[in-house]
Amino acid sequence: MRIGRKPDLTYEDVTPKDVYVNRRKFLRDIGIAGAAAAVAGEKILSLASPNLTAYATSKLNFVKGPFSTDEKITPINDVTHYNNFYEFGTDKGDPAKNAQNFRTTPWTVSVEGEVKTARKFSMDEILKLAPLEERIYRHRCVERWSIVVPWIGYSLSTILKMFEPTPKAKYVAFQSYYDKDQMPKAKYTGLDYPYVEGLRMDEAMHPLALLCVGMYGETLPNQDGAPVRIIVPWKYGYKSIKSIVKIKFQEKEPPTTWNLTASNEYGFYSNVNPNVDHPRWSQATERRLGEIFTRKTVMFNGYGDQVASLYNGMDLKKYH
Amino acid sequence: MRKLLTSKWTKAVVFLVSSIPFVLLCVGLLRSDLGINPVETLQHTTGDWTLRFLIFTLAITPLRKTFKLPELIRFRRMLGLFAFFYVTLHFITYLGPDQSFNFSGMWDDVAKRKFITVGFAAFVLLIPLALTSTTGWIRRLGGKRWQALHRLIYVCAMLGVIHYYWLVKSDVRKPLIYAFFVGILLLWRVWDAYFRGKGSAPAPVQTGVSAAG
Repeated sequence: MRIGRKPDLTYEDVTPKDVYVNRRKFLRDIGIAGAAAAVAGEKILSLASPNLTAYATSKLNFVKGPFSTDEKITPINDVTHYNNFYEFGTDKGDPAKNAQNFRTTPWTVSVEGEVKTARKFSMDEILKLAPLEERIYRHRCVERWSIVVPWIGYSLSTILKMFEPTPKAKYVAFQSYYDKDQMPKAKYTGLDYPYVEGLRMDEAMHPLALLCVGMYGETLPNQDGAPVRIIVPWKYGYKSIKSIVKIKFQEKEPPTTWNLTASNEYGFYSNVNPNVDHPRWSQATERRLGEIFTRKTVMFNGYGDQVASLYNGMDLKKYH
Repeated sequence: MRKLLTSKWTKAVVFLVSSIPFVLLCVGLLRSDLGINPVETLQHTTGDWTLRFLIFTLAITPLRKTFKLPELIRFRRMLGLFAFFYVTLHFITYLGPDQSFNFSGMWDDVAKRKFITVGFAAFVLLIPLALTSTTGWIRRLGGKRWQALHRLIYVCAMLGVIHYYWLVKSDVRKPLIYAFFVGILLLWRVWDAYFRGKGSAPAPVQTGVSAAG
């Protein structure tokens, strides 16, 4: 093969002359057109799918559920702009900032493991499994702040009862969604992802444990664990795993993210307990958001009447 | 540069700039604009500025020697006192909102929780440094002893960084940034003492009149 000295094609052959002569103008025009298209595209997208922004939640129909506290509800702005969702960053304001474009449709939750027949649920199916209830729960973070939130959902047991567990099913494990492209901050947070959590079967079946799809009358905002999460109000907040994609019945105690990160500081049970300190700070008091001074933390976050019997005879210091 | 460093106005400007974080906190407090957990904002901001001013203070001598700018020493006392000012605010925001000014609760915390223990130790160790920062005390103690006492700031800076490192749950990036700067500034001193030995001029001790001139 002969390789010619002279190229067979010149710029004239591929690019119209008036374009390459005026290439600066051409580039500028392309830039303007591109920007216009991007703006228009974003507008159209936001019209078509309002869930693209963290604040665009939609109304839910619900009834008043049991176990609600009559304590003052924390303002929605505090709950949506001060929380932990480490996949989106470690500052309390990060989830609100960085979860805005988190895609939550389509969404599937897989229920599997030690059950006769595993199956997957679409978000539509989850929303229609049972009448939605509003439950106003106290929520106590291990970092010693607390909030009161009107969650919407139904007892986790509702979905678990649809399955025939094998005799081996002793625990229920949960897994969060993880996508490093959508959650670029996650890799600097010191945790391994996907985030995992778990409950003992009797804890998971307890009517207080909530499969949560909304709050404050609407679907969950992205930063608070959209579209579906677990709420376990008598345990520290990190047990209430967000944006779940998997529920698994299993025989062994499931690994849990914070326990894997620092096993001496975060146990599997993680019940709110003012008598068992975190190794680095006391758990005897907490600050309710909106208050200056701290208040006393209550055993099982005030849900002792309902759940204390689950732990009869257990050394709660050892099984913290 | 010399002229700028020795001007009395420069000192005033440094003072005003160093007060900005405090002024902003006061404005935020008055306008109820300190975020969703204002107490935490106060605690974290005053803690951050304490560490920063400790680092500024520790940076004076390396900068002074490296760039042969002895006039920089004029600012060291003020920067150190600002570190003490912010740590005092930091302590008050803990003692007040967290402990409701209850000293027995505070002692419990200090005794039981190592991150509070080291933070409190750093605060206590800074007190004698602030008290003896005056020209009168330099004279009373004598330059050598005064300097030995004020080397406590090395310990305080290290304890401060450990305090922060032990506080965070898993994301240690910010404490490590402080650790980096404190580490560099302390290692520079080791290096300086080892290689320059006694040949280098002893660090001048600031005496009010001459240094302010």
